[in-house]
Amino acid sequence: MAADGLHENETLASLKSEAESLKGKLEEERAKLHDVELHQVAERVEALGQFVMKTRRTLKGHGNKVLCMDWCKDKRRLVSSSQDGKVIVWDSFTTNKILTASGDGTCALWDVESGQLLQSFHGHGADVLCLDLAPSETGNTFVSGGCDKKAMVWDMRSGQCVQAFETHESDINSVRYYPSGDAFASGSDDATCRLYDLRADREVAIYSKESIIFGASSVDFSLSGRLLFAGYNDYTINVWDVLKGSRVSILFGHENRVSTLRVSPDGTAFCSGSWDHTLRVWA
Amino acid sequence: MAASSAPLGGHSRVQRPHLSKMERMVVTMQDPDQGVRMRSQRLLVTVIPHAVNGSDIVEWLMQKYSIAEDEALHLGSLLVQHGYLYPLRDPRRLELLPDETPYRFQTPYFWTSTLWPAAELDYAIYLAKKNIRKQGALVDHEKEHYQQLHRKINHAWDLVMMQAREQLRAAKQRRKGDRLVIACQEQTYWLVNRPPPGAPSVLEQGPGRGPCTAGRVPMTLDFYRREVECLRRALGRARVKSSTCLEAYLKFSSQHGPHDPIMSGCLPSNPWVTDDDAYWAMNAPSAAVPTRLRVEQWAFSFRELLEDPVGRAHFMDFLGKEFSAENLSFWEACEELRHGGQAQVPALVDAVYQQFLAPGAARWVNIDSRTMEQTLAGLTQPHRHVLDDAQRHIYLLMKKDSYPRFLKSDLYRDLLAEAVVPLETKRRVFPFTRKPRHSSPSPAVLPASASGEPVGGDGDGET
Repeated sequence: MAADGLHENETLASLKSEAESLKGKLEEERAKLHDVELHQVAERVEALGQFVMKTRRTLKGHGNKVLCMDWCKDKRRLVSSSQDGKVIVWDSFTTNKILTASGDGTCALWDVESGQLLQSFHGHGADVLCLDLAPSETGNTFVSGGCDKKAMVWDMRSGQCVQAFETHESDINSVRYYPSGDAFASGSDDATCRLYDLRADREVAIYSKESIIFGASSVDFSLSGRLLFAGYNDYTINVWDVLKGSRVSILFGHENRVSTLRVSPDGTAFCSGSWDHTLRVWA
Repeated sequence: MAASSAPLGGHSRVQRPHLSKMERMVVTMQDPDQGVRMRSQRLLVTVIPHAVNGSDIVEWLMQKYSIAEDEALHLGSLLVQHGYLYPLRDPRRLELLPDETPYRFQTPYFWTSTLWPAAELDYAIYLAKKNIRKQGALVDHEKEHYQQLHRKINHAWDLVMMQAREQLRAAKQRRKGDRLVIACQEQTYWLVNRPPPGAPSVLEQGPGRGPCTAGRVPMTLDFYRREVECLRRALGRARVKSSTCLEAYLKFSSQHGPHDPIMSGCLPSNPWVTDDDAYWAMNAPSAAVPTRLRVEQWAFSFRELLEDPVGRAHFMDFLGKEFSAENLSFWEACEELRHGGQAQVPALVDAVYQQFLAPGAARWVNIDSRTMEQTLAGLTQPHRHVLDDAQRHIYLLMKKDSYPRFLKSDLYRDLLAEAVVPLETKRRVFPFTRKPRHSSPSPAVLPASASGEPVGGDGDGET
């Protein structure tokens, strides 16, 4: 009885090559039902006009890089932190569970009161950098993105990976669900943002431009899902038309990397945090 | 430059894709036909070839990438900040000026990705040269570094001084123009790798982002087994064709567009723009009279009705009239179980059983017999998901049955009729270039509004 439980014919190499061949088959299956591109479907949607958004508030006071922020439930106060290490998402319904993403390649679900580990999620091949909870009716899923260039969707109850996508060319820094819960967007060091549809089980849009060469650090949707706001490591924020795939606007103001970005719960504004020690509210 | 440490070169390039992209960009910029216009630049008594103007750089970027001037200036500035371009006249300031200021392309030897991380020995030699060439040439932070290095590599200090003198001697043999250029190149390299205090360090990776290499997650048999299993499951997944899925986005966006303040503005005004928080007061979670938009949104989906506490309360009233309020109460209790603390689980499960599931329970919910059987069996070992199936059954029941009736009911119709439609408030001070449709214009305003409107055209005098 080998300690590793090696079965007959099962070696590391054979498993690796089986995984590769399954990946190829999966991509073929996914392509079979892909009968149209998003920008084609969106041709009949009215184009957006001239976009003007300004900084309405600048919050100074941090002595160091802003790394993380979020909005309070009352929709106008913010919580921000200058902390390094783990990424933490608070369950929006109550504050009893925390879902964390970690540098050892796992995600974990914790019970705050008892400090107990409720479930752990294994499958990423490198550091997990971001995650987001699905706004779903009855399910319990979340999506994570990592340094292995993969975005993975998990079932919180079983701990299993439900879907995985591997189309980015570099680390995935941010993932965020589309408001209906049927898709999610990702931002990556490869300077692109992408949209993945969960029912079609594939990537359906890439948001990129030749002049944008720095990584996207943080993404979020406007309330209707028509706009995608993305903060980049080149200090800018790019606004994308989710349906048509075009870049609507570029926002300047920060003097260092934009590290975090969140639309307010009532959709009236969004806030960006930066390594320049400030936070800006845009409307 | 001393034979420096073998850089992580390829490794760091893969990790920081923006560096390779910048490199490709500057190579394209130097193309003799398609690149930026090169000229010879006169500096004091020397002539430096292959120089480019700040304004030409901006112009070229605008053309090549179809971007506006502000974006081109920003992009060009990033190239300078990362040391791929350096100013010939004032090499201390790594910034792009969109005028006649001359710049030159950095030699690949000194590229950020080629020679990284910068070696301490090299920095010591560089500072030593500066010090020798002209006493007092070192600025404060350089003096500090110099002293630190002197302490740190004291044992090799003779080597440092020797190299410094040797390089200075070799430099004297060169033509003045070359000497100047090499000095600029070197200075730029050190400005990027050892930025003065206050200047942003463009090479910083940020906390918690060390080498993201494999090796942190052991690629064991288990890892690949799990991956193979996940892939097999994924292959068997039922997929929906793209046209169906993508149409859904169009529908969702157009339905929710008017409810998206950034897309359509909001009435009476966006508090962030006008500093008037009436909008928040009117839309408070438990506002007495909800707005019309809010009541309309309850008809979009069952989930959106339940997510709104006011909507949910009215739905509960409606269910009460139909004698099925226990369904919603049961669903709420299940939510509490799913999201609550671990310690509360046994007590909550018991309470739910007593109130909703036990034979003869006060608020018994009507679940199909199979689900009931399975649920009751699971109660012997309570956990937070033990009621999931029952909860889903009741949820779907409400969604398919009660919810559509609610939307057709007098109760809902009355709510719609009584709902508030806020008036646009008068604007206070703000700059605008054309009269907007309403007081907090959507940032995504359509181009079809009237042209030629005078500034301040709504009649309100600007204070």
